[in-house]
Amino acid sequence: MTPTVDSPPVSVPVHFIDRADRALHDEQLRAAVRHATDLLMKGRQVALGGLEDSDVVRDEARRIRSRVLSRLPDILDRWATNLEARGGHVHWATDADEAVEIILDIARRRGARLLVKGKSMASEEIHLNSALEARGHEVVETDLGEFIIQLAGETPSHLIAPAIHKDRYDVEKLFTADAGHHVGPDITEEAGYARRRLRSSFLEADIGISGVNCAVAETGTIGLVENEGNGRLCTSVPPVHIAIMGMERIVETWEDLDVILSLLARSATGQPLSVYTNLITGPKRPGELDGPEELHVVVLDNGRSAALGTEYAEILNCIRCGACLNVCPVYRQVGGHAYDSVYGGPIGAVLTPLLNPASPGGRELPEASSLCGACAEVCPVRIPLDDMLLRLRHRDARADSSRMRRLGFSAWSWLWATRPGYALSTAAARRSRGLASRLPSRGWLGAWREFREIPPMGRRDRRSRP
Amino acid sequence: MSGPRTGGGDSSPVTVFSTCTVDTVGPDVATCTLNLLRRLGFDARLVRGATCCGQPAWNSGFGTEARRVARRTVKALTRTEGPIIVPSGSCATMIVHHWAELFSGDRLARSAAAVADRTEELSQFLDRRGLADSLPERTGDTASTTVHDSCHGLRGLGIKGESRRLLAAIGTPVTECGTAERCCGFGGTFSVKMPAVSAAMADEKLDDMVASGVSRVVGGDLSCLMQLEGRARRRGLDLEFRHLAEVLDGADPDQAATEGDRR
Repeated sequence: MTPTVDSPPVSVPVHFIDRADRALHDEQLRAAVRHATDLLMKGRQVALGGLEDSDVVRDEARRIRSRVLSRLPDILDRWATNLEARGGHVHWATDADEAVEIILDIARRRGARLLVKGKSMASEEIHLNSALEARGHEVVETDLGEFIIQLAGETPSHLIAPAIHKDRYDVEKLFTADAGHHVGPDITEEAGYARRRLRSSFLEADIGISGVNCAVAETGTIGLVENEGNGRLCTSVPPVHIAIMGMERIVETWEDLDVILSLLARSATGQPLSVYTNLITGPKRPGELDGPEELHVVVLDNGRSAALGTEYAEILNCIRCGACLNVCPVYRQVGGHAYDSVYGGPIGAVLTPLLNPASPGGRELPEASSLCGACAEVCPVRIPLDDMLLRLRHRDARADSSRMRRLGFSAWSWLWATRPGYALSTAAARRSRGLASRLPSRGWLGAWREFREIPPMGRRDRRSRP
Repeated sequence: MSGPRTGGGDSSPVTVFSTCTVDTVGPDVATCTLNLLRRLGFDARLVRGATCCGQPAWNSGFGTEARRVARRTVKALTRTEGPIIVPSGSCATMIVHHWAELFSGDRLARSAAAVADRTEELSQFLDRRGLADSLPERTGDTASTTVHDSCHGLRGLGIKGESRRLLAAIGTPVTECGTAERCCGFGGTFSVKMPAVSAAMADEKLDDMVASGVSRVVGGDLSCLMQLEGRARRRGLDLEFRHLAEVLDGADPDQAATEGDRR
């Protein structure tokens, strides 16, 4: 059964495997994730077919992103200079605390009561909502999925579809509780409720907060793509707009932006272009009716610059389309919350231990993969995600493994470094297969037998080695 | 079954690296691979003294241990002749794509590179040389067959059409399943580190296979087949799992055994 809005908070298990096991028992969650990721992947395939040669565009996108990373400080400076010349304010935040302080300062100075938010993973990364609420500010998420998640008291479980793990019946419960009357499960009715409920918030808000999908250095622009119009409202109706931008989310020129945008929506949702593409260059100018009086962009490092110039630098090429989550056979089974990180799926399993190298929870995420390589295959900017998962295992596995595991690999390697050791152990394995199926077993054999038989391969048993 | 045709091989030497999975759980895959290549006219020999490509440790992050084992295999394969044929896309990928890094700075680096240059996965080897037409065509084989594309063969080596073309040549039509390219959940030690997730991954493929009405699953990697078969048996599913080498060898299991023993 799905948890209701009234269910008490459940403690989150420490390890991925335990969170995954919990998700595996949630049939509703699994069905919702499978259904949604299938749709997104089919859409992606069709949409990429609409490009003359998507492989060429992907190569170009990779070159563009890698070129940016190779000169990131210069490009950011140029962008900031251009944005400030047009009246925008640029703030540099080394970590989450600094970013939060910058935003709290603005909110305090403006005497802000209500803040409306468009979808922003960077804001999740700095845990902005709880910080604002702790200081007495009210925060309303306005992206439909984020709104659902906020009502449920949860965190996003997908980069672009934060409520992917919920179906319309979950939303019916949440909205009915919020409205005080019955809403749903008809999706149009649910969307209508959210629209009415959020409209007054847009009009009353003192500050609008958004993320940034891609900034453009040559004009000091920030780009924001979305499908619901809530992003446009957040960035144009309230008197103050604060955008939070991961420091790598930038290109040099509008031509480069064109390449990135041609891949982003196609890879994310299967759209040639998102419904809204907001390109913002400064606050309202004299004589203009729309737009905020103040525009602030908080550029967030938060561990990113540590990856620059390393073998993992390419992870910063990510354009956050979520295609690697949709195609990942592990994510598909367990959903995003199993990763217990702002970023789940393959990109999260690489990014999390890079942004938080000391966090045990992050360091175990590269194990949450069969290294099947489907993620790298669909990545629009061709990040070798599976290679990076493997490299991270090489970085951390020895230090993080149990003594048993280290000894096991060591013993195995000495045994199989010799021909007699190998011959004896494989012969023993062949002979004892019947026994292994019957003996009570622990460890790896037990883990295998918990869910699988040891295939008897009877026809094979009758034969000796050629 | 029609009589075996010969051709293509011209008695040229080829080496079969059986892999540790085959040696441990399915030695007849090596027998069938040898039979097949010999019938195609090759002087096929099983490498002596090789053990494992090192992948289990390598993919777990234990490079030193992986190298220690793989060195034995490099030395053994260096002493062999002709193309090295591996009845596993996964082990072939390890050798072809990862040995360069594994042996980086090692005194066996050049030998490892030379071995990697000679290494081909079985279906890749047969298809590249146009040997499909020389395979024994079989009649009366009515099992509805699907192919599981193992991840490393598919994405590491680009193998996809090879197995279909080979199966078509022996008169076995393939029913495609929508999940053919999705991981079976084995993933080496992943299968025992995260057994529940691993089994759930297998289940989705097995459900698709059952829904597609197939009765036989053919794959190029015994490890994937072991995962799928192990889970199918636990669930009581009526599916048969065969390595491509066994199917292409064209003999029923008992006959293959006899031929193998006779050699």
